[in-house]
Amino acid sequence: MADTRPIRVLVAKPGLDGHDRGAKVIARALRDAGMEVIYTGIRQTPEMIVEAAIQEDVDAILMSILSGAHMALFPKVMELLKKDDVDDILVAAGGILPDEDIVAIKEMGIKGCFGPGTSMDEIIDFVRNNVQADRLKTEV
Amino acid sequence: MENIVERMLSGDRRALARMVTLIENEVPAARRYLAELHHHAGRAHIVGVTGAPGAGKSTLVTHLVRELRRRDAKVGVVAIDPTSPFTGGAILGDRIRMMELSGDPQVFIRSMASRGNLGGLAASTRDVVRAMDAAGYNPIIIETVGTGQAEVEVMRTAQSVLVVSAPGMGDDIQAIKAGILEIADIFVVTKADKPGADQTLAELAMLLSLDSTRRLHDKSLPYWRIPVLKTAAIKDQGIPQVIDAMQQHYDYLVESGMLANRAQRQVRSEIQALVLHAVVNALKAKTTDDEWQKLVEDVTSRERDPYSVASELEERIGLRLPS
Repeated sequence: MADTRPIRVLVAKPGLDGHDRGAKVIARALRDAGMEVIYTGIRQTPEMIVEAAIQEDVDAILMSILSGAHMALFPKVMELLKKDDVDDILVAAGGILPDEDIVAIKEMGIKGCFGPGTSMDEIIDFVRNNVQADRLKTEV
Repeated sequence: MENIVERMLSGDRRALARMVTLIENEVPAARRYLAELHHHAGRAHIVGVTGAPGAGKSTLVTHLVRELRRRDAKVGVVAIDPTSPFTGGAILGDRIRMMELSGDPQVFIRSMASRGNLGGLAASTRDVVRAMDAAGYNPIIIETVGTGQAEVEVMRTAQSVLVVSAPGMGDDIQAIKAGILEIADIFVVTKADKPGADQTLAELAMLLSLDSTRRLHDKSLPYWRIPVLKTAAIKDQGIPQVIDAMQQHYDYLVESGMLANRAQRQVRSEIQALVLHAVVNALKAKTTDDEWQKLVEDVTSRERDPYSVASELEERIGLRLPS
């Protein structure tokens, strides 16, 4: 019996943009890194993302957004995670996130921001290194 | 953590979600929790949905859940997708189709990776269903991985099995082969708006007219006429009829005594599986990777044979007396 388990990650696309090639590439890379990736598809509301994260008991949420609505949608996701008492889940964001918003995004509690050109290894390492280790133990 | 069972039973979705994680990862405490949950379970109608990849299982499940919500049911869904045999990772994509259900707290959807299990389910699917059952979800729908012809494990966990076929996926010889088609309690032909749907319906009806199903093998069994239904999710057609058939099948199981009969068979196979699992774990605990490497080399180079190696290991874990 292994003393750790696979990391479970929710990859979600909040908002209305319909381009999810990037999210799919990330999902595939995380799969190849041995993680279990729940992909929700496009056009997710913050409520849908948080409810899915709760039911799936994921260790991390990666949100991809290209439409520019991040400053409207990310705070809502973070607020709901707190309200439902699941703010121990690691949250990271990717897509088109202007430099001037990054500080504000990180202040919301979103630990990583990954723009175009980020290597897959960087994202994989980020998830591995930042998921709360005690979540993954299987010996209690 | 100790009161996770109570929290779960009182309707806390986070507690149920965490319980599923503990079960899925075989945390030692999970077995104790499950023993307790067993006494709270047994109320839910457990429905398996199986069929080839692309047959329309996720879409059908989504529409079934939506109709069940209209009828005020609190519905559980366990959706299984395959684990990569190379990396151990998985992409669990059943939620994409179930998007419109997400956000409804009366619907609990859990995606599971098969983690190397071959029968169409994950090894712990039955226990995850038990937890959802104890938490008051009813019915619980199990969506298997996209199956071939022989992944029939779902019949050992579900009470009613829906076999989903889409038009244009095979000729009538496929339909008389043994395997997945034999385990159907209800046939659903999806994508009925597509050409060829009526032919698929006719082929399935032909299969049933041969009556090569359970009744011939055992004439003492009460008769269930397997319905062949068609749905067109895109046009929202045929879904209430499937729900009605599920309910009728459940009533039939109860009235005929088959429900108890199936439950007994399932319990038997479950206990066997638990013991088998303990044997596998004992073997893992009493061997090392290096030792395996050596044994495998010895057998592949034909210095030793697999049978005497197995005997030696059986002896070591106490399954066989020293010869």
